[in-house]
Amino acid sequence: MPRLRPLLVLASLGSALLSSAAHAHSAWLLPSSTVVSKAQWITVDAAVANDLFFFNHQPLALEHLRVTGPDGAPRATENLLRGRLRSVFDVELRDKGSYRLAVINEGLLASYKLNGENKRWRGSAADFARALPPDASALKLGEMFSRVETFVTLGAPSPLRAEGRGLEVLPEQHDLFSGETTRFRLTIDGQAAAGIEVSVLRGGSRYRNHPEEIRVKSDGEGRFAVTWPQPGMYWLEAETTDRKTTHPEASERRLSYSATLEVLPQ
Amino acid sequence: MKKPLRLALPLLALSLSAHAAELRIDFEIPRLAVAEYHRPYVAVWIEGAEAGKPSFTPLAVLYDAKKKNQEGNQWLKDLRQWWRRGGRELDMPVDAITAATPAVGKQRLRIAASDSRIAALPRGDYRLVVEAVREVGGRELVALPFAWPPKEALRSETSGGQELGAVTLELVP
Repeated sequence: MPRLRPLLVLASLGSALLSSAAHAHSAWLLPSSTVVSKAQWITVDAAVANDLFFFNHQPLALEHLRVTGPDGAPRATENLLRGRLRSVFDVELRDKGSYRLAVINEGLLASYKLNGENKRWRGSAADFARALPPDASALKLGEMFSRVETFVTLGAPSPLRAEGRGLEVLPEQHDLFSGETTRFRLTIDGQAAAGIEVSVLRGGSRYRNHPEEIRVKSDGEGRFAVTWPQPGMYWLEAETTDRKTTHPEASERRLSYSATLEVLPQ
Repeated sequence: MKKPLRLALPLLALSLSAHAAELRIDFEIPRLAVAEYHRPYVAVWIEGAEAGKPSFTPLAVLYDAKKKNQEGNQWLKDLRQWWRRGGRELDMPVDAITAATPAVGKQRLRIAASDSRIAALPRGDYRLVVEAVREVGGRELVALPFAWPPKEALRSETSGGQELGAVTLELVP
């Protein structure tokens, strides 16, 4: 059995492999404030939990946390804590404008057979060749790129620009107010992407019997609009797969995106 | 919120014709029976009647401007509509509009048409907006529509339900 053979991956199996990891639970950041009027610290909880926004499952790994200031340059974080159920970090907002707080994960997801047993592996492209046992067979390999983020603004907002990697959803207006409509633009690798389904959920799900999910789809210019039914913290999620892989063995790329957005009362 | 009352008062206009044109704003901070009371932050501004992003003309912001290290700025964003309309573009404190937090009772604002805050206000339809927010309390916003410049004396009145009492706008041509 050749060690790494060009693959004929069944698309459905590939999707199942990738989605099982991506779909498992909702990952989110929960900032202490999204709008501030004085230079100050904010703190952020980060968790993986379906119950929005209650940390009752797992902490979100912060190894790939990236905080970007209004000028696009990275900002330091402090007090990184990984608890049993949530992670925490603090950010100092000093410069006026909008900050992007994102946890970006990318890598490879592999499934293979070893001595008749199904195995799974997840890691970086750099580690993949070493991680795969020489006698592994039936390898299925996929790439993943996920972004979990939120936005915080000190003073007047500054423009948010797509970083141009993976799936991104950016609001075209900064002010999210109950009863108003916010337009968003969805991009993949910086290019407008049409026909992608987006799900929007309000926090506090524990205290109501129905999720009250809002589902929308991006149009030909990657745009979609959400009218906020009431104030609260919302979780916006989108995901898709494509064939734009960079690893020669990978058959599919899974892109996922989620953002925590705060909607204020009128 | 009560429906604004709009009363044209031509007689009053006549009697005041000797005075300079003026904008008279009166609002009341009600006495509240609450366990913990702090004076509210209050913003008063004029915004265009157009939808979308209306014009913004700040008239007054009553807040803790005197606190050291501008600590009072921390809560300015709680004047949420004022903040988004343009408060966040200002480098507070701005002398012409800054005042101390108001005590319970009647507050008045008199702004001459020649005042720098409104001297350049173009002809058009506007809303006078008064927004109040109180620490560990509520938040309320009322608006009164008007046209500028006034052709005749006009008095309109509305009232808040919780954080604001009667709010009156008088236009003196």
